[in-house]
Amino acid sequence: MFSKPNDPPMLTAFKDSSLVGMIALLIFSPISGIILNGYGFNTHPQTPIMLAFIVFIGRFAYQLAALTPWGQRLIQKFMLSKGKRGVYVASPGDQRYLWIILAILFIAGLVLPFYLSKYYLTVAILALIYVLLGLGLNIVVGLAGLLDLGFVAFYAVGAYTFALGSQYWGLGFWSAIPLAAAFAALLGGILGFPVLRMHGDYLAIVTLGFGEIIRLVLNNWMSFTGGPNGAKAAEPSLFGLEFTRTAKTDGHIPFHEFFGTTYSPNTKFIFIYLVVFLVACLMIFFFSRLRTMPMGRAWEALREDEIACRSLGMNHVTIKLSAFMMGAMTGGIGGVFFAAQQGGFVNPTSFTFFESALILAIVVLGGMGSVVGVVVAALVLTILPEMLRDFADYRVLIFGILMVFMMLWKPRGFLPIRRPYFTKEGQA
Amino acid sequence: MSDVASPTPPSPLLSVQGLTMRFGGILALNNVNFEVQKNSITALIGPNGAGKTTVFNCVTGFYKATEGQVILNDNGKTTNLRKVLGEKFQWSDYVNPPAFLERLYYKTFGGSHRVNQAGVARTFQNIRLFREMTVMENLLVAQHNHLDRNLIRGMLNTKHYRASEKRALETAYYWLEVVNLTEDANRLAGDLPYGNQRRLEIARAMCTEPKLVCLDEPAAGLNPRETVELSTLIRHLRDKHNVTVLLIEHDMGLVMGISEHIVVLDYGQVIAAGTPAEIEVNPKVLAAYLGTEEGDAS
Amino acid sequence: MEFHILGQQLVNGLALGSIYGLIAVGYTMVYGIIGMINFAHGDVYMISAYITAICIAILSFFGISSAAFLIIITLIVTIVIVSLYGWSIERIAYKPLRNSPRLAPLISAIGVSLVLQNYVQVSQGAKTQAVPTILPGVFRFGTETDFFQITYIQVLLVVVSFASMALLTYIIQKTSLGRQCRAVQQDPKMAAILGINTDRIISTVFILGAAMAAIAGVLVTLNYGSFDFSVGFITGVKAFTAAVLGGIGSLPGAMLGGIILGMSESLFSGFVNTDYKDVFAFSLLVLVLIFRPSGLLGKPLVEKV
Ligand SMILES: Nc1ncnc2c1ncn2[C@@H]1O[C@H](COP(=O)(O)OP(=O)(O)OP(=O)(O)O)[C@@H](O)[C@H]1O
Ligand SMILES: [Mg+2]
Repeated sequence: MFSKPNDPPMLTAFKDSSLVGMIALLIFSPISGIILNGYGFNTHPQTPIMLAFIVFIGRFAYQLAALTPWGQRLIQKFMLSKGKRGVYVASPGDQRYLWIILAILFIAGLVLPFYLSKYYLTVAILALIYVLLGLGLNIVVGLAGLLDLGFVAFYAVGAYTFALGSQYWGLGFWSAIPLAAAFAALLGGILGFPVLRMHGDYLAIVTLGFGEIIRLVLNNWMSFTGGPNGAKAAEPSLFGLEFTRTAKTDGHIPFHEFFGTTYSPNTKFIFIYLVVFLVACLMIFFFSRLRTMPMGRAWEALREDEIACRSLGMNHVTIKLSAFMMGAMTGGIGGVFFAAQQGGFVNPTSFTFFESALILAIVVLGGMGSVVGVVVAALVLTILPEMLRDFADYRVLIFGILMVFMMLWKPRGFLPIRRPYFTKEGQA
Repeated sequence: MSDVASPTPPSPLLSVQGLTMRFGGILALNNVNFEVQKNSITALIGPNGAGKTTVFNCVTGFYKATEGQVILNDNGKTTNLRKVLGEKFQWSDYVNPPAFLERLYYKTFGGSHRVNQAGVARTFQNIRLFREMTVMENLLVAQHNHLDRNLIRGMLNTKHYRASEKRALETAYYWLEVVNLTEDANRLAGDLPYGNQRRLEIARAMCTEPKLVCLDEPAAGLNPRETVELSTLIRHLRDKHNVTVLLIEHDMGLVMGISEHIVVLDYGQVIAAGTPAEIEVNPKVLAAYLGTEEGDAS
Repeated sequence: MEFHILGQQLVNGLALGSIYGLIAVGYTMVYGIIGMINFAHGDVYMISAYITAICIAILSFFGISSAAFLIIITLIVTIVIVSLYGWSIERIAYKPLRNSPRLAPLISAIGVSLVLQNYVQVSQGAKTQAVPTILPGVFRFGTETDFFQITYIQVLLVVVSFASMALLTYIIQKTSLGRQCRAVQQDPKMAAILGINTDRIISTVFILGAAMAAIAGVLVTLNYGSFDFSVGFITGVKAFTAAVLGGIGSLPGAMLGGIILGMSESLFSGFVNTDYKDVFAFSLLVLVLIFRPSGLLGKPLVEKV
């Protein structure tokens, strides 16, 4: 705005950055500089000035970098969204040693819980639950390209199916898993069928609303769901053995009595951990295989070009629906484990939009469609915040910034998928 | 294979009757009638904006025609390509339960994919490949309906599933060979040169095993050598694969060289139809192309 | 049926509906021009509520008590700052991603929405904020015991909403800027060939949408008096419902959809159940999408192939 055509480039950069800084100052000032206090206010001028200065420095550094050749190369390299597509085809024989790594990781995952304290056990279980949720949403968003912003609804349905099921009909942990899966998938189908024939964005807003509705119903239907007080699920058990000090259900025996060992509160969590771990491994296998099967290919094709898919005789509604329902099903299973991990107690505050956003952040960060990426991102994004408790207030802020930056910088995520390589004999 | 040019077979493969298409105020098609004989190469030509692509879109089910019928008649099996898209309920449906149920069925599960399943495949004027998937994946996706899609068999990698995948791979390699793209099997479709993308799109359409393949300006953007190869390819499709070809093309050399029947469209109306020799000398066609009445844009 | 309750609900519904309409305009315009939902739009509205409160607090601090002056200054300041927000959102979340996969800008907009909510929460605290009543006074109708009332603020709200809608319609229909907007909406490529700076027009549309949300924010805050950092979320979904109901892409449709939604929601909460009024509004969205996806005033769109 202030720059003239014959200014030296440095000066242009400076002027441009100053302008951006000024706009930032205007934007930041009212909200972070003037804090409401009843009908009055307090001023904190240093905060917006500092924020605007950071913006200025960032912009200036970027502009200066763009002036030098190596800086340009750096920008080229990192700004993948400009120019290069960032999709690669796997090379044949890529995964020759993969199974050794997988076997080691699997065994490590199996023995890990025996070395963890109770607190870290719950964190690890939660992390694995998010792996499940991430995998489920990954199918919907990453493979099929359907933006589901209410994924948490299916998670809630799973958790409440277990809790209310055991309250009203004596549903146990093991029967809750398939039941919650089926119920969540059914709900996804009912919601998805009418909406999936519309333009893709409608799905986003409808699922967003749906997530909120489920939460509101759980919160308001006091007589059935217990409202804000929540609901209590049954204790998990294994062949009639319970992991509590004394058995809570008739006919069940505590685990430690049966084996004649001393009671340890960890046993229950180790048990939940192992179940979740095995289910997660199963899902990882399931979803990585699915990607190279006709159904997975159809999902990705649909994400690429729906019209082309229709011209090839593919029913886009049912294909989308299959992805949507499979995602919902995984969310439902995750919910059952969540209820168990919470000591059987669930309430609506666990199922807000931020939860959906967190799961979306996992998918985005890991790499849309990439199973490995999502697993890593889920572990990092759930374990890291537990370590950095001081930043708890800023968690959502950081996720938000990460989502924007990832889209600008690496829209395929940190660990993007590779396209399968085929030879005449089959997939290499 | 030898009776390709035999005089008018009894019933046409595709017949378009009274097709009319309105977009708000624009009358893009106005009572279009034509037929495509089985095993022929038929061309649809006309100046820019004449409504050729709109005809394709109505035939392949991407637009629901305002009026008119599109009937596919393959070996005595007749499909009404408009009905399978799902139509509005008529008053008579409320007293005729079977008709009601049929319409409800097509409203729920119908759509343009049904047209392909009935045997009509197409390519697009502005190429629509799965750009970020490999060439091979593009061809595998096209065979979706012929594959073993059972989840359990797929997970367990049973013999049936493996056989189905192997067949799909063979078909895909076969078509790559035909369109001369074997070398590019594992490249991203979006990275191919333009001419190869056009051929890949044809191969992909052929992978759905159609009776009728509709090609929308297949030679657009090709160089002269590629255009010659294309005409060989189109002839090969008809002669060796028993498909009927309906194509839109601006390249008159190509059209006159390969088609047996030509339909000329102008301002949404059929102004002439006949053999290349007839069309070449038709004064109406010359007027439409040279723009004797209207100012010539090119 | 008790008519004074019905009257009261209709009045409240009209006020609420005007607000939905104003916010829906932002959705409808952005959707019309880039074919995408602006997911951060609800939060733009939330920001404007805060800026209104801050403005009023500052003006009162300087001893200004004239209601008219207070409201006008607040409106102007809020519109300016919130328009800047709208502009920045487009610059950060949409513009760099113009040629990316379709999902990318949507996700980045959701990121921005999260950032805005959390930024406000961290800065201003999670507590519910309030503004003093600036324009007390009501019109009453009915008998001593059975009456319904219209507050001055509600009158102001409806009048200002309709006036700003009329102004916006004038801008879009009659000015050169509006013509360019409509041209870009119909065919961005062709518009660009004809020399229209499409980037600038898209920015303008975001700014106009944000300005309307700002007006809505000021009016709502004056009317209801309390808000917190999360109000943008559910209001955003409902305003979008209004936009779909009216027919996405249509300005009068947005207003009509807003008023129908506001009225029916108000009647629902008055006569059926308050707890489930959001459930009701949302169910309406799904029903509209199933039975009339092009909305009341929208034209059915044929997807270009
Ligand atoms: N979805 C649509 N909405 C509105 N108008 C349309 C739509 N599709 C096509 N049209 C209009 O219909 C007319 C015919 O277009 P069509 O694409 O069929 O022409 P064409 O003969 O294929 O031309 P070209 O040779 O340039 O491809 C044009 O005026 C076009 O603007
Ligand atoms: Mg065309």
